[in-house]
Amino acid sequence: MPLPYLTEVEAGLYYLTESITSGNMGDKLKNKINTAYPHRHLLGIEGISRENINHILDLAESYIEKNRQIDKKHVILKGRTLINLFFENSTRTRMSFELAGKRLGADVINMSVATSSVKKGETLIDTAMTLNAMHPDFIVARHPESGAVHLLSRKVNCAVINAGDGSHEHPTQALLDALTIRRKKGRIEGLTVAICGDILHSRVARSNILLLNAMGAKVRIIAPPTLMPAQAEKLGAKVFYDMREGIKDCDIIMMLRLQLERMETNFIPSVREYFHFWGLDEEKLALAKPDALIMHPGPINRGVEIDTKLADDLNRSVILDQVEMGVAVRQAVLEILSHTLQE
Amino acid sequence: MTKQIFTKPTHHLDPSHKVAYTNARLFDAESGLDAKGELLTIGSTIADFGPAIFKDGIPQGAKVIDCKGHLLTPGLLDIQVHFREPGQEYKETIETGSKSAASGGVTTVACMPNTKPVIDDVSVVTFIHRRARETGYVNVRTYGAISKGMKGEALTEMGLLKEAGVVGFTDDGLPVMNALLMRRALAYARELGVPVAQHAEDLNLSAHGCMNEGAVSARLGLPGIPNASEAVIVERDIILAELTGGQYHVLHISTAEAVDAVRRAKKKGLKVTAEAAPHHFCLTDEAVAEYRTFCKMNPPLRAEKDRLAIIEGLKDGTIDAIATDHAPHDEESKRVPMTHAAFGIVGLETMLPLSLSLYHNKIMPLRDVIAAMTYKPADIIHVPGGRLKKGAPADLTLIDLDRNWTLEPESFVSKSQNSPFDHWKTKGRAILTVVGGEVVYELS
Repeated sequence: MPLPYLTEVEAGLYYLTESITSGNMGDKLKNKINTAYPHRHLLGIEGISRENINHILDLAESYIEKNRQIDKKHVILKGRTLINLFFENSTRTRMSFELAGKRLGADVINMSVATSSVKKGETLIDTAMTLNAMHPDFIVARHPESGAVHLLSRKVNCAVINAGDGSHEHPTQALLDALTIRRKKGRIEGLTVAICGDILHSRVARSNILLLNAMGAKVRIIAPPTLMPAQAEKLGAKVFYDMREGIKDCDIIMMLRLQLERMETNFIPSVREYFHFWGLDEEKLALAKPDALIMHPGPINRGVEIDTKLADDLNRSVILDQVEMGVAVRQAVLEILSHTLQE
Repeated sequence: MTKQIFTKPTHHLDPSHKVAYTNARLFDAESGLDAKGELLTIGSTIADFGPAIFKDGIPQGAKVIDCKGHLLTPGLLDIQVHFREPGQEYKETIETGSKSAASGGVTTVACMPNTKPVIDDVSVVTFIHRRARETGYVNVRTYGAISKGMKGEALTEMGLLKEAGVVGFTDDGLPVMNALLMRRALAYARELGVPVAQHAEDLNLSAHGCMNEGAVSARLGLPGIPNASEAVIVERDIILAELTGGQYHVLHISTAEAVDAVRRAKKKGLKVTAEAAPHHFCLTDEAVAEYRTFCKMNPPLRAEKDRLAIIEGLKDGTIDAIATDHAPHDEESKRVPMTHAAFGIVGLETMLPLSLSLYHNKIMPLRDVIAAMTYKPADIIHVPGGRLKKGAPADLTLIDLDRNWTLEPESFVSKSQNSPFDHWKTKGRAILTVVGGEVVYELS
């Protein structure tokens, strides 16, 4: 059967946010597109090539050593303003961006908005316009709704970094995970990575699946049937419901935080049952490769998704390395995005 | 440059006022009439039509309209629209909504009852009819709510509402979840001779959903509305329709599963009908990416297999009618993250060209496409019209089948422009709309 208008479907759709934006926000930006990272923003891993990712990771490497020294300061972003705009609680991500900005010499301002008072998107756009009028160079945004950071990025003429939007993406988390893996394993390509937990609601999982696929890793996802998205295999991962099967011969095990705040809606019967089937303990870990690494984006629910001893086992768990890599990766992202800013 | 000219009907037409339509391609889907000919209206009814009714001359005093060979069909119906009056006049009014209808070639609409207040009381029905008389361009009919306040608890005064002129009952976007209430509504409405129409959605299954559940929602990290949420309600309601003998109508059907259920019910001979919206046979959930809130409606845009099932249902008659679910929203309701955005798109001005794509793409014969917008929807809500017949209301639409035009929401006459079909190149447009013998819209 012919499919009417298929090309028109793709070509002619009304792009609401574009058309409502009055004026061309992009025209103030210097059109200096860096071929190693040809984007104005970092909104997600989707659309970012393997070359772009390697470019970010390589640059991040250079920051790791410097961050361990007494003088951690650079002047690359001197005079630049970075606004951390968090509509959702965060400790590590916000602090990590704050440190990254400060160590590069930028002025960093934190703006936390209590989620309860920001339910309406109008507020999001009004906030974006207001901040934009103050001429920031970077906005780092986190928002509880998927797509909200995309929306925001179309209302401002600075670089926008997605620090997590709803269940959609958390690109810097995937990048710091990649840097951690690359440093520990020497490569990413060819590794088998199992991501385990609440895949349905996890932006960390989505960004990691995209990034790991781009880098040539084999990705598995493991979740209870109620916490697995529809047609999950189309995300680019092999789907497992049995953790023992899914974890078998893996190089990397990424545990996700069980979002306890969502549990009233019957996604799982109980925390006890969840740990029994999908919690990482010694016995399940033994099925992975002997040198398999344990990762977790934090914060950890000890005894819910991961046995507390495993989380603290420095031979297996790289959870604190991930935090360290986080600052370096965010420095790299800021530096790269600064190249497209107005001088 | 084309120009749209609107004229409000007087409702006090001289009963002897004659209009002669010459040089028309008379087209009636019910009878299969498709021939060159002429048509005469006297007052507000069709007096005569045929190949050469004016061979002895045009009646004295008649106004002559030269149809230039274009398609003269019964006026189109859209049996699911939201005109937002009373309560949300900043989104649409009976005046602007019916103007939008006239512009799309639609002469009769059926309004949904989710106004503020809800159309659950005779006084609201009376208000709407009065406003339609005072400000409207087309025949404005309305559904009444099944339950008071559409709360799903107590039945409205269905008999009195029917007497006041409602064409059927529905709780619109708040489907009746209580099977007992639905049973009673179907049984009661059976004796009133009107349909109970359901926006089929199990509210527990669809909770928090803002788009179709599938690969796209998984990728975008958006909460999904599964096909099952529609199908379980349609299946349940069909069983209740069989139990009660009531007339059951499925509003804006969107899934392959529900189409299949309606097909089986029809085979059994039950009084079950269904309508589909153009966006459900023109678009899939792929259109939502990246977070286009103008592609957010309920039921949501579904997968390609569902889109094809809707087309199949239209082809084999399982789906009786095309209706738009015209749902105007101001920009602020859509300029928000996907999860917060209002459901719905405007449809009256795009129904005809989008539906004609089924004909132009050789998917359906013209007769079936026009049937789904004329006598078939008229029969669902039991209103006169939808057919070229002597003595029938003089509601007519003149269609230039081959006119190419690009849809431009910013030039819509509706108060709202929330359409995902911006810049769509289409073919076929209403160039004249006649309501009760009076020209209400003309494209110059």
